[in-house]
Amino acid sequence: MAAHDHDHDEGSHRSEMELRVRAIETILVEKGYVEPAALDRIVELYETKIGPHIGAQVIAKAWSDPGFRQALLEDTSKAIGTLAQVGRVGDHMVAVENTPHVHNMVVCTLCSCYPTDVLGLPPAWYKSFAYRSRTVKEPRTVLTHFGVTLPADTEIRVWDSTAETRYLVVPMRPAGTEGWSESQLAKLITRDCMIGAGLPKNPSEVA
Amino acid sequence: MDGVHDMGGMDGFGKVEPEPNEPVFHHRWEGRVLAMSRALGFLRAWTIDTSRYAIELFSPAVYLTSSYYERWFMRNVRLLIERGLIDADEVEAGRALRPAKKLTRGPFTLADVEQVTRRGSYGRPPPGPARFKVGDRVRTKNIHPTTHTRLPRYARGRMGVVERLHGAHVFPDSVTIDKGEDPQWLYTVRFDAQELWGADADPKLKVSIEAFEPYLEHA
Repeated sequence: MAAHDHDHDEGSHRSEMELRVRAIETILVEKGYVEPAALDRIVELYETKIGPHIGAQVIAKAWSDPGFRQALLEDTSKAIGTLAQVGRVGDHMVAVENTPHVHNMVVCTLCSCYPTDVLGLPPAWYKSFAYRSRTVKEPRTVLTHFGVTLPADTEIRVWDSTAETRYLVVPMRPAGTEGWSESQLAKLITRDCMIGAGLPKNPSEVA
Repeated sequence: MDGVHDMGGMDGFGKVEPEPNEPVFHHRWEGRVLAMSRALGFLRAWTIDTSRYAIELFSPAVYLTSSYYERWFMRNVRLLIERGLIDADEVEAGRALRPAKKLTRGPFTLADVEQVTRRGSYGRPPPGPARFKVGDRVRTKNIHPTTHTRLPRYARGRMGVVERLHGAHVFPDSVTIDKGEDPQWLYTVRFDAQELWGADADPKLKVSIEAFEPYLEHA
């Protein structure tokens, strides 16, 4: 079903797909539509440069700088663009903030829309049929699959990304991190907590 | 279309299984498929909306038994052939058998990579004033187009509240039937879970969709 379920029939299946994909790439290159080095570069960027560490920098800044936090909530793409270490991201980003009363979660029930500019490519679970189907109906159960149990009176606010807007969850800053630098704070911020499927790490895990 | 891709609220898919230390790609070919998809978007072989619709058009059995990047791969092959960029016998042969089709834009080179690894803009000048404002109570229409739509089944014919207004965006329902970008106002509409899932639903759950103005009417 999901991408990672194919690990079982590894050998024959993988090599067959590898061959089929290589055949198409060969045709595209022979026809002059694409330069192989450009494809290599895309893969390299997603493997090494474009990932959740970008989002973590954004959140750490929001935790540290009230003015930036406000700007981020008001015009997310614009605010992120002002961070020198991140630079311009695509339009239509929307940051939504967790509070003691509301926990935000992001899903795309129709395909797998994801804020790739700040989180990189989505993990297999985000694209899985289980996550896509269940999150809008029983998010508390889904959260338990991530080891997260929220108080029953915490409102859960699910954002189904059915258009080109892209949601980024701003988790709550953990207690006990007073005086931490942005780079220390960034270590607490996991990919999953920026989707709302998890919570930031406990300060004792990274101190 | 009322396809199997529209999964919100379906039961039976089991647990969500996070994978610790998951690699970006599980197989080398997945990265190649992703890269080729980005490149073909750049070449204007398709738009984001037509590429999604092409995946929805696979039969439910195919959709459910293929992985994410397998669906992307099958979509790429299908659209490349449909657009006349490659031919079926070339796929069979694994090499080019005739010259390239003239491209609208391209070829795709290293210099173009940055553009395709940052999301584009889908905002457009609005067609007129917005019909709804933040706080308005609205009802989603009960529509069942047989073509592409971004109004999920679970949120049709439901009462909600306009929470945000995002400006006017390219309208996927029109793009995919060759009616142009047809920009429409885009709203975040929030629903109580009980409106969507009945009296037994989580009373502390609220769910929103991004709704284009043609999906909505005043409640």
